[in-house]
Amino acid sequence: MAGPGGDMQWCFSQVKGAIDDDVAEADIISTVEFNHTGELLATGDKGGRVVIFQQEIENKNQPQFRSEYNVYSTFQSHEPEFDYLKSLEIEEKINKIRWLPQKNAAQFLLSTNDKTIKLWKISERDKRPEGYNLKEDDGRYKDPNSITSLQVPVLIPMDLMVEASPRRVFANAHTYHINSVSVNSDNETYLSADDLRINLWHLEITDRSFNIVDIKPANMEELTEVITAAEFHPHQCNTFVYSSSKGTIRLCDMRASALCDKHSKLFEEPENPSNRSFFSEIISSISDVKFSHNGRYMMTRDYLSVKIWDLNMENRPVETYQVHEYLRSKLCSLYENDCIFDKFECCWNGNDSVVMTGSYNNFFRMFDRGHRRDITLEASRENSKPMQVLKPRKVCTGGKRKKDEISVDSLDFNKKILHTAWHPQDNIIAVATTNNLYIFQDKVN
Amino acid sequence: MSGDNEETQTAEETSVEETEVQDKVISPEKAEEAKLKARYPNLGNKPGGSDLLRKRLQKGQKYFDSGDYNMAKAKIKNKQLPAAAPEKTEITGDHIPTPQDLPQRKPSLVASKLAG
Repeated sequence: MAGPGGDMQWCFSQVKGAIDDDVAEADIISTVEFNHTGELLATGDKGGRVVIFQQEIENKNQPQFRSEYNVYSTFQSHEPEFDYLKSLEIEEKINKIRWLPQKNAAQFLLSTNDKTIKLWKISERDKRPEGYNLKEDDGRYKDPNSITSLQVPVLIPMDLMVEASPRRVFANAHTYHINSVSVNSDNETYLSADDLRINLWHLEITDRSFNIVDIKPANMEELTEVITAAEFHPHQCNTFVYSSSKGTIRLCDMRASALCDKHSKLFEEPENPSNRSFFSEIISSISDVKFSHNGRYMMTRDYLSVKIWDLNMENRPVETYQVHEYLRSKLCSLYENDCIFDKFECCWNGNDSVVMTGSYNNFFRMFDRGHRRDITLEASRENSKPMQVLKPRKVCTGGKRKKDEISVDSLDFNKKILHTAWHPQDNIIAVATTNNLYIFQDKVN
Repeated sequence: MSGDNEETQTAEETSVEETEVQDKVISPEKAEEAKLKARYPNLGNKPGGSDLLRKRLQKGQKYFDSGDYNMAKAKIKNKQLPAAAPEKTEITGDHIPTPQDLPQRKPSLVASKLAG
């Protein structure tokens, strides 16, 4: 993308994961999240495992600095369960990871599967004590009679050990499947949302949670919409939003009442009724909602587009970007192969000037709001030479396909990029294909 | 909304003209809808309605209820009785597992390949 500050050129940096095409289900990446400084990058997968990468900066002052993310910690966050009472199989798949802002030497994150949220503490140990009076260095206890003098144990350096331990388990609060967790700016509470309810938790308290939104109808036959995503406002600790399968977003103020069933604002774009089709509601379902860093806007992702909303304007979005409009004439087959239900996420860059989302064929799209430009890039092993500049991709919709273009019918719908993340400050992005994690960075960082 | 890339004709068009330009008039979305309805004529008109949502809410459900579970258990017990006529292709009942039959879902003992 060109701009007055010079071209933004995305280059390949790293790729993590196995090369073979035979993907084990457990290896399917289900969430990607940078922490608040961007130093740590966490991924969750269908097997319930979390892998955390840490950035090691090679000379940030150099014009072409390369930041490498290397494995920092990995642990099994959730395990498969079977609820015999409800006869329900509970997947161990990690739906979301959210980092807490750092308060002390340790790092904390929330990870959740369909039913249970866990608070994990990740801490470093680089010293160990030596010279105990009652124990040998290998752990065997000394014969007390052999001790003739006292020594003060000393801490000696050791190889860095990173330990992950579950500090809190927030269980049994969700009848339906959890789709979102969001940490409040007060750094004391967080919300968890399932298909029909949103609960408010205190990070220290696991045996109680407040229900703040409940859209379950008295008669389930009357069910018309479900909650698809929820997020706290980045600065206003009383404000949160939740999106629905009908394409609406509700903003709620917790100061108004204990139960926020009545929204403070309802964001909905009016639809031309003559355009309505069988697919309209399905493709209007919002799969992700994200506040901008400055807290003035929010972005929603539905099946074909990304919309930016001004929090002060409820009746329509201020910007709409088409992600893959050419799929509108493929909706029938996308319905048959279930792709129409794919839940794509979206993200903002650090200064809210660019937004990014994934598509099919391992393509991902970026929209530069200021310069009104967009670009399509591809995450593939073929473009994975160190610092190789990514070439823009183009999908051919008309008849004549130009060289280097790909036709809609050649797109691989099994290669979907659902999860992407942008470093909070720098132009470094993490893009997850089915089982690989790609890290790209801007050449002129 | 964002589906305005096809021109919409007004009602003043005569029916003859309408059929002639039918392909150009119908939005791609409506054309896809017609395709779907042709393949699945029994498809209801309310796609985003209760059925779809309830299917989503019931993800992971193995049995309908405890009655279902007990029936399945009883069926297994009565397996030594003369089997039903072999022509019967109804296999639903026999395939409902009991907790003993459910494969033990152990967590992945293998580390994530991302950490490899």
